[in-house]
Amino acid sequence: MIGKELLKVNNLKKYFPIQGGFLGRTVNHVKAVDDISFNVYEGETVSLVGESGCGKSTAGRVILRLEEPTAGEVIFNEINMTSLDKANLRKMRKDLQIIFQDPFASINPRQTVAQVLEEALQIQNLAPAEQRRSRALELLETVGLAPYQADRYPHEFSGGQRQRVGIARALSLNPKLIICDEAVSALDVSIRAQILNLLKKLQREFSLTYLFISHDLGVVRHISDRIIVMYLGRIMEIADKISLFENAQHPYTRALLSAIPIPRPGRKRERMVLAGDVPSAIDPPVGCRFHTRCPYVRDNCKEEVPQLRSAGNMAAGHLTACHYFEEINSP
Amino acid sequence: MLQFVVRRFIQTIPVVIGVTVLVFSLMHLIPGDPAQIMAGEAAQAETVEAMRERLGLNDPIPVQYFRYMGNLLQGDLGQSVRSSRSVVDEIQPRFWITMRLALYSMFVSVIIGLVAGVISAVRRYSLSDSMIMVAALIGFSMPSFWLGLMLIKYISIDLALLPPSGWGTWQQAILPVIALGTAGAAIIARMTRSSMLDVINQDYIRTARAKGLKERVVIYKHGLKNALIPVVTVVGIEMGMLLSGTVLTETVFAVNGMGRLAIDAIRSRDFPLVQGIVLVFALTFVTVNFLVDISYRYLNKRIELN
Repeated sequence: MIGKELLKVNNLKKYFPIQGGFLGRTVNHVKAVDDISFNVYEGETVSLVGESGCGKSTAGRVILRLEEPTAGEVIFNEINMTSLDKANLRKMRKDLQIIFQDPFASINPRQTVAQVLEEALQIQNLAPAEQRRSRALELLETVGLAPYQADRYPHEFSGGQRQRVGIARALSLNPKLIICDEAVSALDVSIRAQILNLLKKLQREFSLTYLFISHDLGVVRHISDRIIVMYLGRIMEIADKISLFENAQHPYTRALLSAIPIPRPGRKRERMVLAGDVPSAIDPPVGCRFHTRCPYVRDNCKEEVPQLRSAGNMAAGHLTACHYFEEINSP
Repeated sequence: MLQFVVRRFIQTIPVVIGVTVLVFSLMHLIPGDPAQIMAGEAAQAETVEAMRERLGLNDPIPVQYFRYMGNLLQGDLGQSVRSSRSVVDEIQPRFWITMRLALYSMFVSVIIGLVAGVISAVRRYSLSDSMIMVAALIGFSMPSFWLGLMLIKYISIDLALLPPSGWGTWQQAILPVIALGTAGAAIIARMTRSSMLDVINQDYIRTARAKGLKERVVIYKHGLKNALIPVVTVVGIEMGMLLSGTVLTETVFAVNGMGRLAIDAIRSRDFPLVQGIVLVFALTFVTVNFLVDISYRYLNKRIELN
């Protein structure tokens, strides 16, 4: 399964300036993504999970350079994306595509579905003019839409169908990596499963790699190979799916997992309820970001930033950023 | 699309009928006896009676209205009391001058407004954005007649660059067009900016960028086209304001258009002429709104006619 490294994210940071005062000076920053590093291997599905505001969507956009990173680098297929000039970046874009959360906002309302797909082909010169139409129809069939729907406008489709259009659009460029930014969160539960299965099917057919951004652990469990847990702009834990769900080490991950509802009446579960709200990303807590809500907090947590590390009882590649996880988790 | 145009056209018919009723009532709504007012304070009883007979004021009002409508449908708006020429002949040459003034102003304010608005939105919070927005604020805060007077004072008199009055050469058109179009350009710039800002932050703009489109194509093809809908509304309303603005601008710059004709007609209590002018202004406005609605439909495929 594990192939070569397709995407490497090194010490990526994205700070949004806050302007204030009379002269509009930059008074502070929202530290949306604060020093994250991870790898994605060819053909796998990696999920970024976390609460709203933890920086997972920003991370996705910065990786695509839809937003400029503040610091750090993104290396895709051995090319450093962060230092590419505009013309080369535009050419690179066909290899990395994104599917957005809201299928109602992500398609230009003034273009028919066929126009949306053909435009992409035209820009990247992927098909000669006379073949674009047939290629567009082919793409529609690939994602489970009928060719006769090609000349309809986005508002004539349902949410699930629009998301299929969004997927077809992303596929039209033959990308290597697709970032799914909450791609199924806006859909009904019944439709959600269809779209997830479609994504899985397409992954097999076109040997795609997914970076799946979601807050829904159920969805993540269904689709991922590996999972990255983020909190307030930093990575708390990285693990393959089984290790994460069976052997989570970080208190935050354990709290998240205990919040998944179990659809079986009568079965008791241990809830680990976190107190308080997520602190502001403008002035994040010093030391471990999670210390304000962690039930096991110690003095050192308020000073020293924990680094991602492993221990003997953990699977290969399972890393967690907690000073005391061994003690916390020993019975 | 054709069906939409036809249905929208049918909707204008009651509006037009309402306009004719109001214009017709003008004669009867003004205080006093219209025949007496038109004949003059000092007129003899016989003169007043002759005027009344000539205007048909002795007949019942419905009969008068249908006679008015009958004439109207044959393109007859009555006779000017002062010049004894037909109202149509009085208005026609003046109408084209006013329409040209209004259309040039509209054209100039749309171009300037759109470009300034897009620049402002794309470079949000930059120096050029602030400068454009301050200019826009000043632009629509200035009354057009005052701006006209200032242009005459500084550009025509002090610098002697352009003629201060009249109509005919292109030099004579510049100052009136600026005076009339500035407010519109300012409003369109502000509207374009806010509408563009809305659109630019949509996911489909990010999608377009992610496809690898050039920034210019992203902004104009995907951005501006979607941002135009509220701008077109403003342009439609602007056109109405421009038509009424011509009355002041034409007076300031001594342009022989319909606006000045209206003032003269009101001063000389030439009611048939006033009626004719009001009717033409109103019909122009109805036509413009009709065109605006059709262009909406073109811009936004979702608009349905209810």
